[in-house]
Amino acid sequence: MTPLVTLLAAIGRGPLTLLADVGRMATLAATALGRAARPPWYLVQFLEQMLLMGWLSLPVVGLTALFTGAALAQQIWVGGSRFNAESTLPAITVIGIVRELGPVLAGLMVAGRCASAIAAEIATMKVTEQLDALVTLRTDPYRYLLAPRLLAATLTLPLLVAVANVIGVLGGFLVATTRLDFSAAAYLSGTARYLEWEDVRSSLIKAAVFGFILALAGCHHGLRASGGAAGVGRATTDAVVTAFVLILLANLVITVAVFGR
Amino acid sequence: MTARLQVRGLRKSFAGRPVLAGVDLDLHARESLVVIGASGTGKSVLVKCLLGLLVPEGGSIRLDGQELVGADRRTWEAARARMGMLFQGGALFDSLPVWRNVTFALTAGRRIETRAMRARAIAELARVGLEPQVADLRPAELSGGMQKRVALARAIAARPEILFFDEPTTGLDPILADAIDRLILDQVRALGASALTITHDLDSVRRIADRVAMLAEGRVVWTGTVAALDAPGHSLVEQFVRARPVTRHDPSPVQRG
Ligand SMILES: Nc1ncnc2c1ncn2[C@@H]1O[C@H](COP(=O)(O)OP(=O)(O)OP(=O)(O)O)[C@@H](O)[C@H]1O
Ligand SMILES: [Mg+2]
Repeated sequence: MTPLVTLLAAIGRGPLTLLADVGRMATLAATALGRAARPPWYLVQFLEQMLLMGWLSLPVVGLTALFTGAALAQQIWVGGSRFNAESTLPAITVIGIVRELGPVLAGLMVAGRCASAIAAEIATMKVTEQLDALVTLRTDPYRYLLAPRLLAATLTLPLLVAVANVIGVLGGFLVATTRLDFSAAAYLSGTARYLEWEDVRSSLIKAAVFGFILALAGCHHGLRASGGAAGVGRATTDAVVTAFVLILLANLVITVAVFGR
Repeated sequence: MTARLQVRGLRKSFAGRPVLAGVDLDLHARESLVVIGASGTGKSVLVKCLLGLLVPEGGSIRLDGQELVGADRRTWEAARARMGMLFQGGALFDSLPVWRNVTFALTAGRRIETRAMRARAIAELARVGLEPQVADLRPAELSGGMQKRVALARAIAARPEILFFDEPTTGLDPILADAIDRLILDQVRALGASALTITHDLDSVRRIADRVAMLAEGRVVWTGTVAALDAPGHSLVEQFVRARPVTRHDPSPVQRG
């Protein structure tokens, strides 16, 4: 009996801490955006973050999209051939990539890279009193550190996802034209004919939401860090876990509630 | 004369363990006050409360008569704009070059006026005895003593009226410590700032202090002039003074009170 209760309690603890985290993160986001409404604005920091999150994430996001698009096309071919529906391959691949895999995979990859980096940087600043120093040097950490990261991530992710979508479709294209005897023209016209504006819109909205979430998770856990190097390590891990779970949850909510019809 | 910074009954505890238990302290205009006390008595905590970095549980901090405990963010920002702080650990921004660290308060962290700010930073670095080459290094590339001096340059660059120095000369050689002490005194004498310095170095105390306050068991247990330090009439202060070897700075041998 007791081991069972312990197990259930352990499972229940996750959602509870997550819920508490979400509440605190919402407050944090509101504060950061509220403060960022007034100058001083930190344009250089904002551009720097866009470069760090966007440009430097391109290789890993691109590769992920390429591999997944290729594998997806192969699987759809296998599944489709059971219904004699191989010709739907381009349409299903592009919808799968654009609506789901592009934003989710890019979101998770960038969360792995950047939520951790943000958390580690802010946590280090916290435990070495650099955050305190900022405040004594007439600078608001919300404006200087948080706002540029939140805004940069929110704007960068849609750009990355747009690229990921194209590369993902390219991955499917390569498999279909080299292994599955599709002609290039047939594949591309099949892709273009069934892709709707709604698909692209949902893709980019998801991307923006995921970007905001991953930056917020990084900032939140970074600011809460305490206790030296070990505290920085914990903050980094927590940021990535929180970002992953919240991105997948937000994906579900957006998919079902907003674009479910 | 009312104090520029008036602290009354300041209390702060961590996890129910009191660190400050009713601190009373005055910092006057154009005064150099030194706070001494054993390690872990809450000297750094006191200064962080005065800057609003820690929120005290009770008591009062008045800056030119204006209450800061429980004040809103804008009041605190205005108050902090008049203050400068040298952190015990330096707390330099390791993502920025030394010169951007030094001029940080002048631009509120914005990367503007590059040429003018860089020139200003080099001048400020010279005041703490650092070469211009240091300006382009990262804090991680400096020795501990150099980091401390950069942090000091950063704290005073914007010429704040109220300065807090948390162990400014720890880790410096005696010649440099002497120079830093003179720089601190210069802020007070020439620029009219008020300085609160925390130090364990009795030589420094004698060089820079107008008044000395001793913190023990969460309270200021003794205040007096430097001259009174030699006959303080308080056993803790006496222990603090006697624990150090008598140096050439001592005007007279230490006496039992
Ligand atoms: N953020 C904190 N959380 C919990 N306890 C703290 C915190 N900051 C300080 N303390 C505790 O408060 C006490 C006073 O610390 P403080 O750093 O003010 O000492 P200090 O007088 O500056 O000592 P030193 O001369 O060694 O620098 C210590 O016992 C410390 O453990
Ligand atoms: Mg201290």
